[in-house]
Amino acid sequence: MSREMICINCPMGCRLTVDDADKANITVTGNTCPRGVTYAVNEVTAPKRMVTGSVKVQGGTIPMVSVKTREAIPKELIFKSLELLKNVTLTAPVHIGDVAAADICGCGVDFIVTKNVDRV
Amino acid sequence: MKDVIIIGGGVIGCGIARELARYQADVAVLEKGNDVSVGTSKANSGIVHGGFDAKPNTLKAKYNVSGNAMFDELSRELDFPFRRNGSMVLCFDEAQIDGLQELYDRGIANGVRDMYIIRGNAELKKLEPYVSDKAVAALVVPNGGIVSPYEMTVAYAENAAVNGVEFRFLSEVSAISKDNGVFTVTCSDGYSEQARVVINAAGVYADIINNMVCEDKLHITARKGDYVLMDKTCGYLADHTLFQLPSKMGKGVLVTPTTHGNILVGPTATDVDDKSDVNTTAEELNEAFTKASITVPSLARRNIITQFSGLRAHLDTDDFVIGESTVEGFYNVAGIESPGLSCAPAIACDIAARVSSKLQLKEKLHFQAKRKGIPQFSKLSNTEREKLIDQNPLYGKIVCRCEVVTEGEIVDSIRRPVGAKDLDGVKRRTRAGMGRCQAGFCTPRIMEIIARELGCDMQDVTKLGGKSNVVIGRTK
Amino acid sequence: MIKVNLVIVGGGPAGLAAAKSAYDAGERDILILEREAELGGILNQCIHNGFGLHTFKEELTGPEYASRYIDEVVKRGITYKLNATVIDVSNNKTVTYVSAQDGLVQVQAKAVILACGCRERPRGAINIAGMRGAGVFSAGTAQKLVNIDGYLPGKEVVILGSGDIGLIMARRMTFEGAHVQAVVELMPFSSGLNRNIVQCLNDFDIPLYFSHTVVNIKGRERVEGVVIAQVDDRLQPIKETERFIPCDTLLLSVGLLPENELAKNAEVQLSPTTGGAVVDENLMTNVEGVFECGNVLHVHDLVDFVSAESENAGVRAADYINGVTPCREKTVISCTNGVRYCVPTVLNRDEVYAPQSFKMRVANVFKKVELAVLADGVKVYGRKRPVVAPGEMENINLTAEQMKMLKQAKSVEITLIKGE
Repeated sequence: MSREMICINCPMGCRLTVDDADKANITVTGNTCPRGVTYAVNEVTAPKRMVTGSVKVQGGTIPMVSVKTREAIPKELIFKSLELLKNVTLTAPVHIGDVAAADICGCGVDFIVTKNVDRV
Repeated sequence: MKDVIIIGGGVIGCGIARELARYQADVAVLEKGNDVSVGTSKANSGIVHGGFDAKPNTLKAKYNVSGNAMFDELSRELDFPFRRNGSMVLCFDEAQIDGLQELYDRGIANGVRDMYIIRGNAELKKLEPYVSDKAVAALVVPNGGIVSPYEMTVAYAENAAVNGVEFRFLSEVSAISKDNGVFTVTCSDGYSEQARVVINAAGVYADIINNMVCEDKLHITARKGDYVLMDKTCGYLADHTLFQLPSKMGKGVLVTPTTHGNILVGPTATDVDDKSDVNTTAEELNEAFTKASITVPSLARRNIITQFSGLRAHLDTDDFVIGESTVEGFYNVAGIESPGLSCAPAIACDIAARVSSKLQLKEKLHFQAKRKGIPQFSKLSNTEREKLIDQNPLYGKIVCRCEVVTEGEIVDSIRRPVGAKDLDGVKRRTRAGMGRCQAGFCTPRIMEIIARELGCDMQDVTKLGGKSNVVIGRTK
Repeated sequence: MIKVNLVIVGGGPAGLAAAKSAYDAGERDILILEREAELGGILNQCIHNGFGLHTFKEELTGPEYASRYIDEVVKRGITYKLNATVIDVSNNKTVTYVSAQDGLVQVQAKAVILACGCRERPRGAINIAGMRGAGVFSAGTAQKLVNIDGYLPGKEVVILGSGDIGLIMARRMTFEGAHVQAVVELMPFSSGLNRNIVQCLNDFDIPLYFSHTVVNIKGRERVEGVVIAQVDDRLQPIKETERFIPCDTLLLSVGLLPENELAKNAEVQLSPTTGGAVVDENLMTNVEGVFECGNVLHVHDLVDFVSAESENAGVRAADYINGVTPCREKTVISCTNGVRYCVPTVLNRDEVYAPQSFKMRVANVFKKVELAVLADGVKVYGRKRPVVAPGEMENINLTAEQMKMLKQAKSVEITLIKGE
């Protein structure tokens, strides 16, 4: 079966056509870079998304600090991963790249801090 | 027991409170809203009318002319924005110039001074360069003025409070009874208080209050008017308050500068059943703007920054009802629609005089007549600004970018007597959030300041009291 | 009065990039004035990813992107003031700012870069009738409340406007536990990126109604619902299509406006189309030594383009301080045949022929067109595009040779050549 999709890897938003009639040999056209192929294949087999959010931080110059998944996680884990963030409180100082929550729902990907927060 | 309970914290109620504060009396103001000036007094044209429009020998005419004359001194004493910019009534049809003469004659009968009629578009443009080419003549009324109605009301309230008047908010009067010459006023929040005199200054609800007490029933129609507020960048388009001569096309709308340099156009007029219905409608906003463009064609929609509507309390008799009712000690100040704002100072003094003589009140020895407003950073010179920041560094923190309002002013507005408790209250007192971005940037900051000053959580901060909380909870 | 060679108004992405590049071009006497408590500007609240692909060849979140530039500025020891609001810029380049710490300070600059960004269009500017209680937010205000302050503006949400901020906020509100009923778009197309429609709306089955608008807001103290309606070809609501959606929150994402109040004080000429200054290819305004870059000049889609443009402004400002005088003769670039605007707006008729990037937007959606730059009617640049839309800024990268042809021409035109 052939279907149309928009690649979400970057702001270019390429219009891809994916044919997954043959699961072993999925063909992708319309992409401008190789990441489009990876995206399309993932999208029809095991879609993934980056998740960003924020967590509480104690003793810092601001009350909340932003976090992101180090890489895209399985789409079905989005809301579970966000639920996880509700119970996280970091202590300042925190730095970009610090792990905020490790191994989200056992998928092997961490939430990492995306902003530096100094101690008050 | 109070000597006097005033129902309603609008310009009339607060004005009376302030004038009664001159006497040795225990006075309370009951307001059903979260702040003073939250009904008709916050949403009107802000015009101090010359006095030519009201029919001779009406209360409207009498109080308008005497009220108008009081504004210069009162605005200095209580430090609120007022400017005698003059009014013009424009005529767009040669055949109707007689209508201007009629207004002129009416003005003379009412005691209005210094009016004159000018003819010819060129003459008009000498006074108002951006007026329509189609305007042919105008009645010029130099004593017309503009005032910031909510700042005037707040000034009255603050000064009343400083002189001992009590203000109670979220106190909607649900019953009034009279036994042995003493009134008992009960509110829906359970509050109850006795008083020797009750003054009904309840705006569009004045009929309901009156009808709780008096056999002579009143009926007030809430007449809604929609307004459009324009950015200060087009403030140059009008200097006088520009009225349209009523014609077969209807009453017309006005185009006026505000005391803060914006242009205000409106109002429309629609009778509504619901006395809390301040819904603006697309049709009326369009009507207001289209009619205003007849006066000043270069008004551009892209310069609109906000719209609002207000309700006017219209009595079937078409004049005010002012004074002691058939029930002794119960005073009505009802049907206060245009030119009610212009009349307010005169009505306030008159009622205070009558009530004080009724109760044989003595004047206070130390009445504090003067009130100093919040220092307005945006209006100060750089030297004054430097001094102010030096005294209080909060004046160096600009919170509202559009109107250049500092944290110092916002804190002051909250800490003052009868201080602001919500975003709209801060806005009316300081103009924070009233500019072209309409509070986009400053809302979270002002919420923080209110929460800090009032010792509450951000979640408890409201836009206009009641259930108007800005946020509903924490994300985490 | 203190003296500083280069004053940069704004410490967001534009100001930071301009400061870095001015420093690298040799200018050492720089002062950045930022009104917020930290550098980074609006990026601080844009905690989603999608930034930096052009600049850093990787995808970053807003705060990460900001920190890259903040690090560069700090590394160079460039002076900056926080909580410092500029209240005036005069046309002789006196900059007045206030802060709690410094009081009121006047700075005499040799050059000024205005990098103060943009603001959101409010409800009033789009004439939505109805009540005026709580629950109506611009999308950016809601974004700050959620991402920076940690508060939820509401539970049941309708969003007007399908620009990127509206789309991003649809997902963010969903992530934070709210339910987004719909995104309503006046135009028959979205001005947001396609990827955001996919990952912010489609992923969560949030409906997007094109050619619809919000015509009324109901609820006295707090929003209780909105009335939406379909619009006709003239974008006027069709009465019979009105329909009530219960909700407690309306987010507005209805456009951004460059914030040019300071520029007006400085007598900078503004473009009615962009709302930003009229600038030459050096990003200098009509006021000599006053430059603009970033969203105060014209609203960009991607911060990467803001950085690139601002780095250019920084270098040019440094050049100016070093004595490179601007050319008096200018050619106005005319935009025709569906091109809405181009930045720069004018070209100097000098003999500096450096590669240059023009930014342009179209006025409508066009398919199969060629973006073309004409010098005296002759095409010097052309690029075929399958589709162009108002929501997507187009970059036209011109070589030194092409710039020479343009600068020597009497007329310069940017146009769309339609059809194959």
